[in-house]
Amino acid sequence: MVTIGIVAFQGGFYEHYAMLLRAFAETSIEGEVKLVKKKKDLEGLDGIIIPGGESTTIGKIAHKTGILYDIKEVIESGKPTLATCAGAIMLAKKVRDAKVPEFSQPLLGVMDIGVVRNYFGRQRESFELDLHIEGMDEAPYRGIFIRAPAIVDIWGGARAISKITYNKEEIIVFASQGSILATTFHPELTGDARIHKRFISLVKR
Amino acid sequence: MPYLEYPSKAVRLYNVGFEKIVEFFYNMAEARDRLRDEGLWFDYSPKALPERIEVPEKGTLSVKYGLPIYQKGGVCMDVTNVEQAQIAEEAGAVSVMVLDKLPYDVRKAGGVARMADVKVIEEVMEHVTIPVMAKVRIGHYMEARLLEELGVDMIDESEVLTPVDAKNHINKFLFKVPFINGARDLGEALRRISEGASLIRTKGEAGTGNVEEAVKHMKIIMNDLWSVSSLSPEERMHKAREYKVPYELLELSSRLKRLPVVNFAAGGIATPADAALMMWLGADGVFVGSGIFKSSDPRERAEAIVLATSMWDDPESVLEAQKMISEAKSMMGIDISSLRPEELLQTRGI
Repeated sequence: MVTIGIVAFQGGFYEHYAMLLRAFAETSIEGEVKLVKKKKDLEGLDGIIIPGGESTTIGKIAHKTGILYDIKEVIESGKPTLATCAGAIMLAKKVRDAKVPEFSQPLLGVMDIGVVRNYFGRQRESFELDLHIEGMDEAPYRGIFIRAPAIVDIWGGARAISKITYNKEEIIVFASQGSILATTFHPELTGDARIHKRFISLVKR
Repeated sequence: MPYLEYPSKAVRLYNVGFEKIVEFFYNMAEARDRLRDEGLWFDYSPKALPERIEVPEKGTLSVKYGLPIYQKGGVCMDVTNVEQAQIAEEAGAVSVMVLDKLPYDVRKAGGVARMADVKVIEEVMEHVTIPVMAKVRIGHYMEARLLEELGVDMIDESEVLTPVDAKNHINKFLFKVPFINGARDLGEALRRISEGASLIRTKGEAGTGNVEEAVKHMKIIMNDLWSVSSLSPEERMHKAREYKVPYELLELSSRLKRLPVVNFAAGGIATPADAALMMWLGADGVFVGSGIFKSSDPRERAEAIVLATSMWDDPESVLEAQKMISEAKSMMGIDISSLRPEELLQTRGI
């Protein structure tokens, strides 16, 4: 029995919830899902998800309710973590915006990656693209990128798991570090539970 | 406190995945695609996607229905200039809606209300990192085309502005940018979704600082959903004709017991408690129009409404949010029963 918490201040947390239920069913791993909003919700978690949304909003509410630091502790204690889109921004040690300079926001800063917010541009530049992901060679994975960030810098313990070529530049869209997985796209919007299954297998281990 | 469970998690966690809903709309379009090939149908549906996507495909249904998913639990704030937009962003808004005048002032000014000054919209886009939305008049394709060209992240085809087409709304499948539409009941919401809307909001009665109509519209939508789901298929077919919507779309909604797209509350939200109330009634998020920048404590109020919207199910946090504002500083508000029928904005574009 594993318990996975989803940070549920704002954004696509119910989409992760539904995907986790699907991943549990497909792997026959027994598990439950908890929405995390208050400090007590962090107790007894085996893994945590930081969903997509607006990173500025999620960071500010986590800061205001005082659990930003507690979430950081859970991640740093080695609990498997899946972060998507805004979640990846929250985890990055270095963050900047593609257009607006000198912008600061509350972040977790636990992963050795540099992220550029809104890298691909505005909503009209949001796109879908089939991805090749390390360890998922059987079929490509449909990447849904919505006002997505990009991982432009990687060092230390972090490692690229999937890259795309965009405007002739190579960009990392999926990275890992220890038991942390961070994607700049939205696996929870596809019907494909492979990434969530990889995550719960990390939790199970 | 069991009463906080209403209307139950089921409204937000539904068993049909996001991708199934996207597929549904593509499948609806497929038959039309075939007819179009035979020259029997006009262009009123999304284009099918290739099996494999080797180069980035923009403006797909997944990204158009997807953007609102990441606005859920958040507050979109009406702003009229860069300074207000920055206050909104600092307070934790998930997006800003750029207008020429706040709805309250539109109501007071009278005359024709049009799309905001594009230079102002552009300036806001350059100064904030969150999505920027703007309103167009109901049926005004060209205002929408211009905003798409400008790069606005989402377009609100809004009854707050003066409609240019009394009969038709914009065919939103023709655009790469997602659209927002207002609705007062399930039929109206589904008509807008069948035209391609990606986000539905209650109409409420904008610019009044009075949440009464938004409550009414949200309850009607929720009750309609429950009542159609209990009908027999034949009765639902009849209902679809009454609503003037495709039967399949009504069937999907009654299966989900919610709208198949994201559903926000709007119209008259002025305090943290108002926002939390709308979330409790089943809204996925809220729009705040005049409520923030027509109050005399916009900074605190913006922050407080963001907190209350996210933490709506935790009375302790909503109380804390409510303490951040002062009732004496709330906008005065308008008693809706004092408005003449022709002064109502919600009856535009149904």
